[in-house]
Amino acid sequence: MNAEQILFILFGAVSLIGAVSVISFRHPIYSALSLVVTFFAQAGLFILLGAHFVAAVQVIVYAGAIMVLFLFVIMLLNLGTLSAKGAIGPKVKGFAVILGILLAIEGIYIALNSANDTTVAAAESATGTTTTYDIGKLLFSEYLLPFEVTSLILLAALIGVIVLVKRESQEEN
Amino acid sequence: MLLEYYLILSALLFTIGVIGVLVRRNAIIIFMCIELMLNAANLAFVAISRNLGETTGQVFVFFVMAVAAAEVAIGLAIIVSVFKHRQTINVDEINSLKG
Amino acid sequence: MENLPLFFILSSIVKIVIIVHLLLIGVMLMIWAERRVSGWMQDRLGPNRVGPQGLLQPIADGLKFMFKEDIIPDHVDKPLYVLAPAMLLVPALITAAVVPFGSSIELFGETINLQIADINIGILYILAITSLGVYGVVLGAWASNNKYSLLGGLRSSAQMISYELTLGLGIIGILMLTSSLSLRTIATEQGAYPWQWNFLIHFPAFLAFTTAMFAETNRLPFDLAEAEQELVAGYHTEYSSMKFAMFFMAEYMNMIVGSAVTVTLFLGGWHFFGLENVGGPVWSGLISFAIFFVKTAIFLFGFIWVRWTLPRFRYDQLMNFGWKFLLPIALTSIVVTGTLWIMTGSRLVVGIGNAVSAFIVVSIVAGMLVMTTPKPAIQESDSRFSPTALDAVE
Repeated sequence: MNAEQILFILFGAVSLIGAVSVISFRHPIYSALSLVVTFFAQAGLFILLGAHFVAAVQVIVYAGAIMVLFLFVIMLLNLGTLSAKGAIGPKVKGFAVILGILLAIEGIYIALNSANDTTVAAAESATGTTTTYDIGKLLFSEYLLPFEVTSLILLAALIGVIVLVKRESQEEN
Repeated sequence: MLLEYYLILSALLFTIGVIGVLVRRNAIIIFMCIELMLNAANLAFVAISRNLGETTGQVFVFFVMAVAAAEVAIGLAIIVSVFKHRQTINVDEINSLKG
Repeated sequence: MENLPLFFILSSIVKIVIIVHLLLIGVMLMIWAERRVSGWMQDRLGPNRVGPQGLLQPIADGLKFMFKEDIIPDHVDKPLYVLAPAMLLVPALITAAVVPFGSSIELFGETINLQIADINIGILYILAITSLGVYGVVLGAWASNNKYSLLGGLRSSAQMISYELTLGLGIIGILMLTSSLSLRTIATEQGAYPWQWNFLIHFPAFLAFTTAMFAETNRLPFDLAEAEQELVAGYHTEYSSMKFAMFFMAEYMNMIVGSAVTVTLFLGGWHFFGLENVGGPVWSGLISFAIFFVKTAIFLFGFIWVRWTLPRFRYDQLMNFGWKFLLPIALTSIVVTGTLWIMTGSRLVVGIGNAVSAFIVVSIVAGMLVMTTPKPAIQESDSRFSPTALDAVE
């Protein structure tokens, strides 16, 4: 077993454990932290895949910004554990888990099939790393329009949030 | 490293996200599960991008992250304003369209 | 990955050990310097009893911290309460991994870079790791289950998110001109003379970056997270003994690493005119390290200086300053740098353009703020507290 396989198993196991913790912890703060752990493990997987830039952006955007926002909201609203009234029964839970297992089997089946298709296509499967330069070049030439549209999405989100919060304060007044 | 393992891991993470959305009633945790699903998709993107030896997949991850950031900003703002009105973020109790 | 030469592994381990210890010693020195310099600025002595000039005072303090009772209050969320100090200290330590502390040393026929790891996403790594520092503060605050702590944590998270933007945008100008993300390349590209360093070319970005860094390290005038006059001690109110000491150490370590990064990015790294290529293969490396050390120390002195010069911001002032001044300055700097660099390709033009555009932006924003600020309902002259009104009464 080489180093890459050991690291894959390590990061993969951590991200799975983190993901399961997200949905099993009672308190949202612990869920949020588990999600941060998952994101970190995924950044590790990205590095294994040679995608250094994506790994760094993953940590900056998800762990550094998005999850801090989550924590901020959880702390601001002081959300403890939800009342038992909202909890769902074991029957529904069992049903959800069965559905989930079916979905997982389906996903794995597709994964195995599509992997067979693509590995043939790229026999010399590149092992090199992608540099920031490559991504930047692609982003500003071939994907320029999507890139600009992304900025519009962010602008729309910005305006949307301001509108949501603004109306609130006027009603209170 | 074989592509299959990464794709299987991605499928498992996605499934856990789906189960989370079905099982949990706390809007914030449901939201986190959606983030988890987006991330599972990112993992598949990067793995396939590596396997095909081209960068396009990573560019798509970039877009997914931008959309996720926008979505989180809007979603959390909605959660905050719902909480101000109803004092709850249990999705079963937020069932009327009129505030 | 398996084929790393043994020499590389050994030298890396040695470098890691040396740098971690240097940082810890640096924290001690910095605590001593802060107290002595504060004393000097306030015309008093500061600690001078333990050791020569009080140099051993931090060791005495450390021993005291270790022997204090480690109290974990009943009402805290125990796992996170214990975890939080470590979550602040660890990011502060591992940021140092990519900072180049000097040029290189030749030993046993091999060249050793004075840097633990020269990774090709160096700057992004630093941004990623510094953005994690906020977790320690926020979780410590939340786990303490104390309303003052929680307020400190809330303030800190909003502050960090706001100023992180400026921190990231402030370096993009440098990235455009250097066209590399590696910190070693950025340091090497800067020449020996001060006018070749990045801080003159990107002066507005330098100011914005430095200010944002003060905010990220929670130092005065941005220490709203602890604000002892309002929030007792903010996020670390409930902490005692070594856990408090870890918060304390993390703050100083953040300052040291932040200064080192600023020196690398903006102040020419280990370069200084007249001292290039002096001495043999070993001595030139050590001299470059000494230059880096002195530059970082001067910058750290600036931290203490600012602390006793500027009063703390109010929360709305903090947000206004971050979003309405620093962010526009950083954004303009990117646009101007990019445009002028493509058009002229001259660093001089870029530098002048940056300075002029930042001045214009600040004037416009200040003008808009003055115009949009609503006038107070009672004019000063109408108020019965104004000096003129007092005259009328008399």
